[in-house]
Amino acid sequence: MIGQVLTFTAALRRAGVPVGTSENLDALRSLEHVDLQERETFRAALAATMIKSDAHRPTFDVLFDLYFAPLASADEAEQERSEPSADDAERFLGELFGAMAGGDGRAVDELARRAIGTFGRVENSPSGSMYFQYPVLRALDLDALLSRVDEETDGRSVERQLKRDRIVEAIGRFRAGVAREVGRRVADRKGPDHVARHTVRALPQDVDLLTAMSADISELRRAVRPLARKLAARVAMKRKRAHGGRLDVRRTVRHSLSTGGVLMDVHLRKRVPHRPELFILCDVSDSVARFARFSLMLVHALSAQFTKVRSFVFVDTIDEVTRLFDHEDFMTAVDRINDEADVVWLDRHSDYGVSLERFLERYGREITPRSTILILGDARNNNRISNAWVVKELRSRARKVYWLNPEARSFWDTGDSIASEYARYTDAMVEVRSVKQLERFIERIL
Amino acid sequence: MPMPPIEPRFDSIEQVTERLRSAGYLTDRSIATVVYVADHLGKPLLVEGPAGVGKTELAKTLAAALGFELIRLQCYEGVDETKTLYEWNYKKQLLRIQASEGRSSWDELSDDIFSEPFLLERPVLKAIRSVRPTVLLIDEVDKLDLEAEALLLEVLSDWQVTIPEMGTVSAARMPFVVLTSNNSRELSEALKRRCLYLYLDYPDAERERAIVLERVPGIERGLAERIVEIVRSIRGIELKKAPSIAETLDWARTLVHLQVRDLDPETISATLSVLVKFQTDLDRAADHLKLSGTRP
Repeated sequence: MIGQVLTFTAALRRAGVPVGTSENLDALRSLEHVDLQERETFRAALAATMIKSDAHRPTFDVLFDLYFAPLASADEAEQERSEPSADDAERFLGELFGAMAGGDGRAVDELARRAIGTFGRVENSPSGSMYFQYPVLRALDLDALLSRVDEETDGRSVERQLKRDRIVEAIGRFRAGVAREVGRRVADRKGPDHVARHTVRALPQDVDLLTAMSADISELRRAVRPLARKLAARVAMKRKRAHGGRLDVRRTVRHSLSTGGVLMDVHLRKRVPHRPELFILCDVSDSVARFARFSLMLVHALSAQFTKVRSFVFVDTIDEVTRLFDHEDFMTAVDRINDEADVVWLDRHSDYGVSLERFLERYGREITPRSTILILGDARNNNRISNAWVVKELRSRARKVYWLNPEARSFWDTGDSIASEYARYTDAMVEVRSVKQLERFIERIL
Repeated sequence: MPMPPIEPRFDSIEQVTERLRSAGYLTDRSIATVVYVADHLGKPLLVEGPAGVGKTELAKTLAAALGFELIRLQCYEGVDETKTLYEWNYKKQLLRIQASEGRSSWDELSDDIFSEPFLLERPVLKAIRSVRPTVLLIDEVDKLDLEAEALLLEVLSDWQVTIPEMGTVSAARMPFVVLTSNNSRELSEALKRRCLYLYLDYPDAERERAIVLERVPGIERGLAERIVEIVRSIRGIELKKAPSIAETLDWARTLVHLQVRDLDPETISATLSVLVKFQTDLDRAADHLKLSGTRP
């Protein structure tokens, strides 16, 4: 058992979960107190001792299921002989729908296990049969389950929504079950290390924004607010720790009264924190739109930290979108940018030169030495005129000009990217590929 | 320094569940397991999770279930060792110095004014010195400054507090320590390493239903089921503040009070503000449940 826990620890570490020696010792000690036959108890004991952040929990669970997989039932191979027919799929879906509608999670898990055996096998001699997820998802039309809800429920719409939600949740559970089961079967054959390398996803804050999949994106959207909150707390703490300013005579004397007029403690006046006025210029052409939206969300979630935030978006011409963020609800605001902003002039390709020049023309006068300008984009200008002098001009008027580039540094200046042409005139061009890097940058300018 | 012995207070995981239950707190298997393991390893328990899922309640109930005294340290920004560990009662010290009017020598005097009668205990020291068993609740530990957080480290691993003028005070008995955090910032590695970690999330449907039935007297099973289902549905959408167990209970109580038997869309939209607190969230939730048009 010790060996197994240590292999598991190594896998966790490889997946980026920090597990120290003391965590390991605790884990082993905790196993003396729980019944190892009971999987969920065992899992809870290991989780409590080994991982110290809920962000690591999904990774933990995936790996736990691989490394401490339940034993396969003996008759598994037996019942999975025949080739499934279309009728089988239909019957299976009916059963699945029943379990889902009844809210029976355990039945859904069980069906996911069965689904793999029935529909997920691909004959592959001589090494025997292999199991995959996609034949299952191809054979079973899960979306049809949702339409079935719409057909079956009539009348009150709340009812329908609740049922839909239940089915959507159950479908998620079923898919996860299928993935877990495939992992288990492959691990059975090739060892858990092999599977672990392929199935563990990056932590949300490390996901590459340019290539993220939509499942990661929805997770990230949920993470924006807590991230902003944490960032604000960290900045506030940094400010508080910064040394105070001049002597506050009034407070010092007043406090001395409690010590009989002896000046025991010196009180200093607090420094007024620097709150920059922010201008954000975002390229929202298709290639980098997602990155721009994220940055806008995060910055607006942090708007209390700035005196003023003004947002502009551009493709080949620029438009101000600050008013969209007037509501508290900036999630919707971000979704509305495309409908409401007037950003396309000629075609749908980015034109940094024209956009920057127009920005200077229209809003240049409002840039003051208190303004910080952030330009977000990949600097891929489709071989058009760069107008880099605009950046230089902006920099002479503003406090700072930063450029956030969502591409890896090694791609800068390749193809039609003219990153360094602009970078010359900015205070810094920063690589921001993940939320973590974005966070780090914002902390730096506050 | 001799460590106080680990005195396990629970015999089995089932006993944890049972005793917490009889004190009015419903756990699931994994919560009970973590509590049991923390108890047997003699380690503090760090509980994290969204607001209103019963983190503080868990500590309070533990104290009640074990019949221990609950000592609570409420953290907020600016808390320092004079509020967590101990403080010298300097007014009394000044008085003592003035009363001696130079009759006692410096050594005598300094020994005297840095001794027991001049020490004010704060929660952590109190828990350490208590001869009776205690539950020490360090609430919202994420609100502490880093310095103040560091002060807790000695207590949490060695069960002792060092007072420079007096020496080291070791724990007579190991208190059951529960720390809660709303995750408003990352806690330091050092603190996390000393604790076992429990993430308390929104409960699953079954447990939440059981909680509603347990905590809201006179509620019918069918209504409780509907309530939980709607709450879970609302949690699924993007909100500024998702409804917690506390809000579910408020809503259930409201509905019982209004003698609602059947949750129709009108009733839901009329009472939804008990569950969801921001206007934008309210609109979203109503929209999600397709209540629009029925709003009063």
